[in-house]
Amino acid sequence: MNFEEPLNKETIPLLMQQLDKLNASNIDIFDFKQVERVDSSGVVFIEYLHSRFVNAEFINISSDIDFTLQTFKSDLDEKIIEPVKPGFFENAGDIIYKTLEQSKEVMYLVSDILYWSIVGIFNHKGQRKDAVAQQMLLIGIDAIPIIGLLSFILGLILSLQSAAQLHQFGADIYLADLISVTMITEMGPMLTAIMVSGRSGSAIASEIATMTVTEEIDALKMMALNPIRFVVVPKFHAMTLCMPLLVTLSMFVGVLGGAIIGSYYLNIAPGLFWSRVFAISSLRNFTIAIGKSIVFSWVIVIIGVYYGLNVKGGAEGVGKVTTASVVASIFWIIVLDAINSLIFYY
Amino acid sequence: MKKYIIEVKNLVAKYGEKIVLDDISVNIKAGEITVILGSSGCGKTTLLKNILRLYEPYSGSVKIFDQEVTTMDEPEYNLILKKIGVLFQGGALLNSISVGENLAIPLEQHTKLPDVIKDRIINLKLELVNLAHAKYLKPSELSGGMEKRVALARAITLDPDLLFCDEPSAGLDPITSADLDRLILNLKEKLNMAIVIVTHELASIHRIADSIIFLHKGKMLYHGSLEAAEEANIPEITEFFETGKFD
Ligand SMILES: Nc1ncnc2c1ncn2[C@@H]1O[C@H](COP(=O)(O)OP(=O)(O)OP(=O)(O)O)[C@@H](O)[C@H]1O
Ligand SMILES: [Mg+2]
Repeated sequence: MNFEEPLNKETIPLLMQQLDKLNASNIDIFDFKQVERVDSSGVVFIEYLHSRFVNAEFINISSDIDFTLQTFKSDLDEKIIEPVKPGFFENAGDIIYKTLEQSKEVMYLVSDILYWSIVGIFNHKGQRKDAVAQQMLLIGIDAIPIIGLLSFILGLILSLQSAAQLHQFGADIYLADLISVTMITEMGPMLTAIMVSGRSGSAIASEIATMTVTEEIDALKMMALNPIRFVVVPKFHAMTLCMPLLVTLSMFVGVLGGAIIGSYYLNIAPGLFWSRVFAISSLRNFTIAIGKSIVFSWVIVIIGVYYGLNVKGGAEGVGKVTTASVVASIFWIIVLDAINSLIFYY
Repeated sequence: MKKYIIEVKNLVAKYGEKIVLDDISVNIKAGEITVILGSSGCGKTTLLKNILRLYEPYSGSVKIFDQEVTTMDEPEYNLILKKIGVLFQGGALLNSISVGENLAIPLEQHTKLPDVIKDRIINLKLELVNLAHAKYLKPSELSGGMEKRVALARAITLDPDLLFCDEPSAGLDPITSADLDRLILNLKEKLNMAIVIVTHELASIHRIADSIIFLHKGKMLYHGSLEAAEEANIPEITEFFETGKFD
């Protein structure tokens, strides 16, 4: 077979087609006389010919081409070993093993964070001045508008939906009961926790992940600063303080939405509505709600920190752990909320 | 007095199943500049981080200032850290605070000096790296080379006895890089610092190295003086130095 053109990525597809039409056994000479140039696909093509037509002769290869062939060869000295994909059972075992390993790490982290945040209340060494205040601004104050607005809208929607039903039974005033119980026991804590995990949980995870990949965490350790103390504790404190306040705000604004619907849609006087709200709301419910919201705030911090510290790879890794941390914290918030309901209201 | 400042014995490091450092034993002398070299990915950063306890070695022992650090508890290790400065490969400045505040951290952490003195120390160290004007800038407002220099200033704020630098001159122009080498030599001579440097820059190696450690695929091929290394006829090392003279 004679090649009449340069062997490159333009000519090779056609040559491959021609070759496929021929029978393998009936080529025994490849003549490269007219070939002036080969590119790297040409090199690979010639290697392929060698392996397919083992007995064929390759003639008239110019020294130029030979040089190219020597320089670019796909046949490496060092074999690249493709990693073996683990089988089903191996995978399953791996997942169990990793989960156990993970829970152990999380436990260590939790005890570390709790320990240092208690120490951190009395001893501010190893923390930056004003760090807590700064974090409270970010986690708490900055979240007020959005949490307020959403809770208000949620209050409006919930009461609008229920008002129509209650009105049919002439049970208008029970709107106050309904909306205050819903907002205080469920919606306030839940909505706030989900918003905070989306806003601040993700920020915590990505900040710590970035610090990990840029070796800032290592640098802190080398300056004898405990990263948990320096980075995490201020966030933990700020979160613990802000969450109950945000939840209270959310409850109040949600009920306010109810009061507005009540007064415009069902003609319930605001005074009557609010006195009913305070009569029905028990301190017990409120305390349980605040208690669980503090637990939620811890879950958000701990999960954010855990994912942040365990980041792998560069920018892509940071994105991944941020997403994963938000998903995980919302998951655990809902699970814990369910457990809480079972314990206190079943 | 013992003259070794770091003693590493049979150190093995792994990432998962992959062995990255295979049975490294090396002693590093006080008051000397030791250069760790080897091709990219051979485990230089990993070696530093294992010595510094940032990674837990799979097996082996590491002694710094004559004390075994692998099993030491944290308060005790913090005392050792007081005498160690580290410049990381990427600088690793804290991004949320200014350059000056970055330098203040080690001072606040380890000393009880009054603020006026601290502030002057910060100025002095920034001046050493020619970046006094950057004191109030945030790390994000610096160029890559400036970040490296600030990070070096931070690593030497406490005048450590032992300084680690992971590729200090990578990404610097030849002039700045030569300035940096001069600074490093000064630190050794004036403050009697022992310095461990990872670098690829041949010019820099020739200027500063008292001894070199050559790593290749996780193994230590050579430890000794630079002159002896060039005559030792170890193919990997010869190749490393010859290729550098390519043009
Ligand atoms: N976190 C990690 N997880 C898994 N493998 C890693 C990790 N970090 C490094 N490695 C691997 O360990 C080996 C040594 O990496 P190391 O960072 O020590 O190289 P290096 O000698 O510092 O290279 P460079 O000169 O490019 O900085 C590399 O082959 C790398 O693939
Ligand atoms: Mg490195």
